[in-house]
Amino acid sequence: MNLYVCIKQVPDTETKIKLNADQTGIDPGGIKWIMSPYDEYGVEEALRIKEKNAGSTVTVVSAGPDRVVDSLRTALAMGADNAIHVELPETADSAFAAKALAAALKKEAKVDLVFFGKEAIDDGAAQVPQLVAAHLGIPSVTVVVGIEYAGSTLKCKREIEGGSFEMVEVTAPAVIAGSKGLNDPRYATLPNIMKAKKKEVKALKLADLGVSASDQKIKYKNLQLPPPKQAGKKIDGDAAAQAKALVQALHTEAKVI
Amino acid sequence: MAKILVYVEQRDGKTKKASFELVGASAAAGNETHAVLIGDAVTALAAECAHYGATKVHVVQDAQLKYYSNEAYSKALSQAIKTISPDAVLAAHTPIGKDLLPTVAALHDGALATDCTALSFSGGKLTLKRPMYSGKVIADVEFTGTSLAMATVRANSIGLPKPDTSKTADPSQISVDLSGLKTKILEVVKGNSARPDVTEAAIVISGGRSLKSAENFKIIEDAADVIGAAVGASRAAVDAGYRPHRDQVGQTGKVVSPALYIACGISGAIQHLAGMRTSKVIVAINTDPQAPIFQVADYGIVGDLFQVVPALTAEFKKLKE
Repeated sequence: MNLYVCIKQVPDTETKIKLNADQTGIDPGGIKWIMSPYDEYGVEEALRIKEKNAGSTVTVVSAGPDRVVDSLRTALAMGADNAIHVELPETADSAFAAKALAAALKKEAKVDLVFFGKEAIDDGAAQVPQLVAAHLGIPSVTVVVGIEYAGSTLKCKREIEGGSFEMVEVTAPAVIAGSKGLNDPRYATLPNIMKAKKKEVKALKLADLGVSASDQKIKYKNLQLPPPKQAGKKIDGDAAAQAKALVQALHTEAKVI
Repeated sequence: MAKILVYVEQRDGKTKKASFELVGASAAAGNETHAVLIGDAVTALAAECAHYGATKVHVVQDAQLKYYSNEAYSKALSQAIKTISPDAVLAAHTPIGKDLLPTVAALHDGALATDCTALSFSGGKLTLKRPMYSGKVIADVEFTGTSLAMATVRANSIGLPKPDTSKTADPSQISVDLSGLKTKILEVVKGNSARPDVTEAAIVISGGRSLKSAENFKIIEDAADVIGAAVGASRAAVDAGYRPHRDQVGQTGKVVSPALYIACGISGAIQHLAGMRTSKVIVAINTDPQAPIFQVADYGIVGDLFQVVPALTAEFKKLKE
């Protein structure tokens, strides 16, 4: 099978976020970049299919500035065979990124499955998997926490609200966006990290893909750090007194119960 | 005045309150507010849309729309957009809304902003704010071109208007061609919880690893049941096996925005804050006065949750009497 995984490089959760001067984005200085954690489920799932299906290949694709090549190498070190870097400006939105990724995938000879994480933890938009599927004209299943394979047919367990699940059947080619529970992503071993450094990463320019900044649909502006919260009210006393005072405050002051 | 289309979500014939927040907000701004229902035999829900302020209600119904699938529902909503030609399309940021709207945006070359936490209308234009970087940043959304404006909005971000039950709807039917669907919904496996979902509840009470066992979560459940709250959990409590993953609030769990969030024995790691910091009122109960959760809390109780939570349950009961 020809397996593809689209990954995004994002700031590590623990990184302190600083804004750029015109408040249209973040200051990229001093940020520790990682592969978005949900994307690791996609990489792992593709590698597991490959291990069970001789002759399969896993290609990882990432759109973004040059820095994203590091995350592609992380995926190569996990065991991916090929990597494609699609040039994309830092401030691109989901629509622009999806057009670029879909155009890159359309250049490939045959695409059976395209894996994603259910969302990237930077903008948390959760749009790109469905957009890419629509551009490729294939179905998508998101928030997938389990897959049973029978040839090219996939029975996907999709998590919804209230602890319920939808069991969705699709046939490849399809887009699958994975979530926590799908699998347990492997760590790259040191020898594989060394080998991954030598692997070739194919570079694609937007001009080669027929995609441009006019594909951008939304921009972010006036970014604000949340205003520092006023010090909360500390409620003293024994447990009974604390509970009484709290319920009183929630009822008459905050008016939320 | 603009023409706004709100996708009013239903599962099993029950509508989502979060959809009506959007109907209400659009109607309150004086917009021509169209509601569209999608499902099998859902016409009966049209009146409810009118109660919350919909000017006009549309129904797309078909046996193949009984259960949600991205493929069938995107065709249905897409047909509704073609028929109604709205200036903007809104939906709740729920498991259905967040899956569906991107696909529909692609079909209409629309401009979509997801997971917004503030919405207003000025001069017929949609103004939105959304959190980024796990809620560490709030940004204004700017639509760059003239594409159809679309947005999904997080539940409880706006609040529900008072329904006017004297209003009636005269729903119109929209038909859609659903031949050749490639996706099949085999089954919907129901969760066994009678409590509301953490993402939808107006009140969430969460417990951390300090609960020490799955059984001890009973004190959280007892408190929650008195006030109709959902029960949430920190990642540490889920990883320890005290609660299922579906209850997890935070980075790798659910993002919630209730009117009231009560964190019991949760230290407030950045991953947890990412899932609940947009809650309107936050209460922290923790033995450690230095716990980071107190920095985001509106009300803080330094104390033992095993004493405070049962006392709280007793107070909730008094209030309900």
